[in-house]
Amino acid sequence: MLELDAEAVYRSLAARLREEVVGRDIRLVGVHTGGVWLAQRLKRDLHVSHDVGILDISFYRDDFSRSGLNPSVRPSSIAFDVEGSDIVLVDDVLYTGRTVRAAMNELFDYGRPARIDLAVLIDRGGRELPIAPTVVGRRIEVPDEISVVLSRDDDGRLHLTLEQRREA
Amino acid sequence: MKPEFGRNPQLNRSGELHHLLSIEGLPRAIVERILATADGFINVAEREVKNVPLLRGRSVFNLFFENSTRTRTTFEIAARRLSADVFNLDITRSSTAKGESLLDTINNLTAMQADMFVVRHAAGGAPYLIARHVAPHVHVINAGDGRHAHPTQGLLDMYTIRHYKRDFSRLTVAIVGDILHSRVARSDIHALTTLGVPEVRAVGPLTLLPEGLESMGVRVFTRLDEGIRGADVIIMLRLQNERMRGALLPSAQEYFRNYGLTPERLQLAKPDAIVMHPGPMNRGVEIDSRVADGAQSVILPQVTFGIAVRMAVLSIAASSQRIQ
Repeated sequence: MLELDAEAVYRSLAARLREEVVGRDIRLVGVHTGGVWLAQRLKRDLHVSHDVGILDISFYRDDFSRSGLNPSVRPSSIAFDVEGSDIVLVDDVLYTGRTVRAAMNELFDYGRPARIDLAVLIDRGGRELPIAPTVVGRRIEVPDEISVVLSRDDDGRLHLTLEQRREA
Repeated sequence: MKPEFGRNPQLNRSGELHHLLSIEGLPRAIVERILATADGFINVAEREVKNVPLLRGRSVFNLFFENSTRTRTTFEIAARRLSADVFNLDITRSSTAKGESLLDTINNLTAMQADMFVVRHAAGGAPYLIARHVAPHVHVINAGDGRHAHPTQGLLDMYTIRHYKRDFSRLTVAIVGDILHSRVARSDIHALTTLGVPEVRAVGPLTLLPEGLESMGVRVFTRLDEGIRGADVIIMLRLQNERMRGALLPSAQEYFRNYGLTPERLQLAKPDAIVMHPGPMNRGVEIDSRVADGAQSVILPQVTFGIAVRMAVLSIAASSQRIQ
């Protein structure tokens, strides 16, 4: 098992996003679960006043007929008006792009945002859809059989590990 | 299809929910998963767009061999909000009236590429018969069969209780009325005991209490005042008019005098007790309008929660289809 310095990667993501959103009134939306942790940290560090929106994209996945409904669906909750808002979608690992597509579809069911940017901690390549992040903490290349996993310890520190993919 | 004895007909080989026929015998984990999934759908209903694409391209057939506008409508809304194609068949007025057998009807509808049947039938067990008969990829949801079961009503009642009371492990729940003929009561009793409610009470006149309640872990009361004393939750059952025409009950007035829930009687329950009713209500027969419309009534939230719970049931059952 290999570990990356998640805190350092987070700091570079936060610094790049701060530059990117200067002068904008952004709303952060995190994708369950890792994206929500990151969005909450970013809200604090970038002094974003609006509450973090939470998306659980289980109801929007495109592999429902193959792998069924996620056994632990958590409610999505977006407390602000999505219509006309300036949104930064936050996720931990960008891979095929399917999660981001599902998240954008769900966002549009809340309203029509004026703009959506994508901030991800890790871009591991391997895209299957035409989706590109606006800001990235770090780009890495890993083989398909490895998954990149973000976790958070009791003190709130982030950890990134490379793990052998579990049987799907 | 070969019958498989000893296996729960609702679950596939991996133990996942494939059909929902009854709460009896359903593992607690599946009941809890349905309630947790429904939480996600509650939020969906508050959005501008109330649909999610989960069941896009699937065909859900509502087969109501017995009339029930309300249950059919909530199933229809649930399926539409999951983006399924919904077909309502009013069987009471069509082929079966011309003598077609139940299974011939099912064969015909399966040939129309149905993925899911929501079945209401006056005969207990009819959904089981259909579930045994359908192709392996088809799911059957029981929307009420005879006196036997009404599992989605039981589940939405549990969702409602969980919403207001959070924890099942310290509750006293009283079910009041015609327990004998009520599939809702049976489903509620199974659900409450599955979720670990320590005190489940059945309250009603002796003529409307079935035998064997004690063996289901239920305390039986024939007097309303005693039955609801100290209760956290009171579930009032609908008294069907035809019962009053038979020999079981003298009159609606007398029933109300003995078993109608009035504001005065409600004070015997805990101060924060909630009052539920599966609908449609007979005001002035089993429930006083001042209670039905009062601050402790959660009868309308039950209807709202019912849609989210049915969305959860449809989507969880539909997602089991890859494993047989």
